[in-house]
Amino acid sequence: MEKTINIKVRVWRQAGPKAKGAFETYELNNVSIDSSFLEMLDVLNEQLIHERKEPIVFDHDCREGICGMCSLYINGHPHGPDSSVTTCQLHMRKFKDGETITVEPWRSHAFPVIKDLMVDRRAYDKIMQAGGYVSVNTGGVPDANAIPISKLKADEAMDAASCIGCGACAAACKNGSAMLFVAAKVSQLALLPQGQVEGAARAKAMLSKMDELGFGNCTNTGACAAECPKNISLSHIARLNREYICAKFKD
Amino acid sequence: MAKKKEDVVDTAKAVTNKVVKAVKEKVAQVTNDDVTKEAVEAVKDATEKVAKAVKQAVETMTEDYVTAKIPEGPLADKWNNYKAHQKLVNPANKRRLDVIVVGTGLAGASAAASLGELGFNVLNFCIQDSPRRAHSIAAQGGINAAKNYQNDGDSVYRLFYDTIKGGDYRAREANVYRLAEVSNSIIDQCVAQGVPFAREYGGLLDNRSFGGAQVSRTFYAKGQTGQQLLLGAYSALSRQIHKGTVKMYTRYEMLDVVVVDGRARGIITRNLVTGKIERFFAHAVVVGTGGYGNTFFLSTNAMASNGSAAVQMYKKGAYFANPCFAQIHPTCIPVHGEFQSKLTLMSESLRNDGRIWVPKKKEDAEAIRAGKKKPTEIPDEDRDFYLERRYPAFGNLVPRDVASRAAKERCDAGFGVNNTGLAVYLDFKYAIERLGRDVVEARYGNLFQMYDKIVDENPYETPMMIFPAIHYTMGGIWVDYELQTSVKGLFCIGEANFSDHGANRLGASALMQGLADGYFVLPYTIQNYLADQIQVPRMSTELKEFVEAEKAINDKIDKLMSIQGTRSVDSIHRELGLVMWDFVGMARTAEGLRTALKRILEVKKIFWTEVFIPGSRNDLNVELEKALRLADFLEIGELMARDGLNREESCGGHFREEYQTPEGEALRQDDKFSYVSCWKYQGEGQEPKLLKEKLEYEFVARQTRNYKA
Repeated sequence: MEKTINIKVRVWRQAGPKAKGAFETYELNNVSIDSSFLEMLDVLNEQLIHERKEPIVFDHDCREGICGMCSLYINGHPHGPDSSVTTCQLHMRKFKDGETITVEPWRSHAFPVIKDLMVDRRAYDKIMQAGGYVSVNTGGVPDANAIPISKLKADEAMDAASCIGCGACAAACKNGSAMLFVAAKVSQLALLPQGQVEGAARAKAMLSKMDELGFGNCTNTGACAAECPKNISLSHIARLNREYICAKFKD
Repeated sequence: MAKKKEDVVDTAKAVTNKVVKAVKEKVAQVTNDDVTKEAVEAVKDATEKVAKAVKQAVETMTEDYVTAKIPEGPLADKWNNYKAHQKLVNPANKRRLDVIVVGTGLAGASAAASLGELGFNVLNFCIQDSPRRAHSIAAQGGINAAKNYQNDGDSVYRLFYDTIKGGDYRAREANVYRLAEVSNSIIDQCVAQGVPFAREYGGLLDNRSFGGAQVSRTFYAKGQTGQQLLLGAYSALSRQIHKGTVKMYTRYEMLDVVVVDGRARGIITRNLVTGKIERFFAHAVVVGTGGYGNTFFLSTNAMASNGSAAVQMYKKGAYFANPCFAQIHPTCIPVHGEFQSKLTLMSESLRNDGRIWVPKKKEDAEAIRAGKKKPTEIPDEDRDFYLERRYPAFGNLVPRDVASRAAKERCDAGFGVNNTGLAVYLDFKYAIERLGRDVVEARYGNLFQMYDKIVDENPYETPMMIFPAIHYTMGGIWVDYELQTSVKGLFCIGEANFSDHGANRLGASALMQGLADGYFVLPYTIQNYLADQIQVPRMSTELKEFVEAEKAINDKIDKLMSIQGTRSVDSIHRELGLVMWDFVGMARTAEGLRTALKRILEVKKIFWTEVFIPGSRNDLNVELEKALRLADFLEIGELMARDGLNREESCGGHFREEYQTPEGEALRQDDKFSYVSCWKYQGEGQEPKLLKEKLEYEFVARQTRNYKA
């Protein structure tokens, strides 16, 4: 038999970016513990539509933990209480019968609320546009095996590149810093010979854009890495700092 | 057109008469018997040739046949010939030309970035909050290329051949060869961008094997290859946005394509945050919005993946090709409840090391379903490794369509597991014994973690349960060799078009096709069109075609908002999905497809009379977005069923129960169905017209696919 629980969901509702928001509490019974958190919200929305109310707006898309779209602050944690998962991979078996679950949007100055639980994360795209790439055009590149790259370096670069750009790091940070996000990209490219050519310019450009967009600075509290659904390591921030300091020395 | 047809026939008759007359004269001149015989043979031969040429000419001249503008020459020279002779646009003129690219997946992002680099003025649209979220990101296993780094006998020809064969001889030879040709450049490009592909200890790139091939040609980045390739394309796109050659519009949905004097000249969009309808002009429109698998409601597609752009193009004159060719992926996590919103794929790469089985004895299967027995308690001799048994040469690495049908066959016969009986095992016990847990973890760790989080079972200790699910659509908008649709100036790339994969796509080929189209094909072919557009000034979006298109959309939205029924969009979509899965799924029959057509119309009626959309149209309104997409899924569902009914054969992902060999394998009908079905829209409530593109196999001999020996 399928196991179910009865829960209360306390959700942040906000009609628009400028509107005043408030928590509303909904009761939901017979929630299958095998359903995902977002499937639970689907059921709740179905119930709201049935009551001819507006459903709760939240971002989601792939529901496989890779697109980085889902972005809920659940019981005080970005992506909820389970470790190493995004909201869409969080399952109701992690909650108790009778529990009240609090759901908020990302808490970050740089990610303003659009509606209910949906926030505007274009700031992350802008940081990427400032320098999160290798400046190569399509075509005219050397053979893929022309530059051997140590497996260890390639694997570490892959770990950094696993970042899904969800924003949990900035949302978890008491300073609202995007350092882990910036570090993941800078570190990935700094580990690879293709990325090293522009390494100094990249670190400076991305960090200066981060500051400009209203993200705070890093004080090494490590909340970002603790909450990161992809386990991006703090050591990438160390590498970013090294890149940045070396770049500044060269100036 | 009719007149033209008569002209051709008349000319042909005249030519034939001339030939016959000439031969008769020659025969009259000679008396030797042998010479007469030879002459008669020659006449026969010549007449047959003429007849064939006339037939072909008539077919191509009439409206019922479609031609793809394939360049002349031997297969290996076609693309080079094309590039050598196509028209180009000079740098100063590129700046004056606007190109709209809809979608930011592998195809869209790579096309937008590459066109921006060339100097075109690009407008790029996506429905998500960032271009990096497109569903290409979820592709797991890898990307094929004919590098032959493993020295295992790979070549461009072999990749071409495997793809044609894997597609069950329903793809266009010239396109597939070009795809195989550019595959190597894709890997070079991605490495240059900093994509961290898996490497060997010597520092060179690693490969793995995938279904439908006997070589290891798949490049990968853990189980996140799609993510890394998309982030590569996204980084190239970000660079162009920074430079100002690409203007990015996020959370914008295309609602129609605007056609002026027979050419695509822009799109109408809805700003998903404000609800505002806007018009955009461009000299050419490129659509790369992915497949329509979500017609089935439950699929491995993302929640917002949709076929609406395709339907809009179709209604504006672009043909919808082979809609019934949908891929059912064999290794997905099985359905587990009514609340389920989507299905999760477990990468095909797992079939490299995992072995698929069900219990040999029915009583074991029954005990497992009842929860009285565990799979680990079944000894090896009581396990039926049915793929290895049926297909000794390819074993667990048969193509997806074959693996999916074999799973269905076992489950239908009563050997399925899980409490539903709709699952089979994918077991890593043997790989762990052979390679050790560490190696297995390094290869598939993230997939195992994903499975564990969803199912709450540890795949290192107990076999995974898998079942087929809708994953990819080979069908899509018809395009010619230049990736141009039947509407001038309207191009379609990636999964959204129909090309390259025939009736079944091989694993790790979707990423290859998306990036081939975007990086290396479209940036060339679109110039052949745009070269003639340099004199065309930017048009005002106040033109009547734009105004009318916007009005039609406003009317449609008002109509949807005013229904105010009692049914939610999702509840109706689920109903459509069930009809599709039951009758247009893995095994289809004429009767079932007719039922589907009837039932889809019923669901359509329910939708247009009973749907309820809360909120306002001038605001962020997710239910309205979903309703607009469902309206189009209903059209696609109908097209899929209609196409499936028309195609009286089994090939690739399209399996008609009436057409199978005694062993239950797909039975093609090459004499009747060696064509691309191109459906042409005839207006609301009218049956679409079927046009055909003949598939001629000049370079490959068609065979029955054989993965047994």
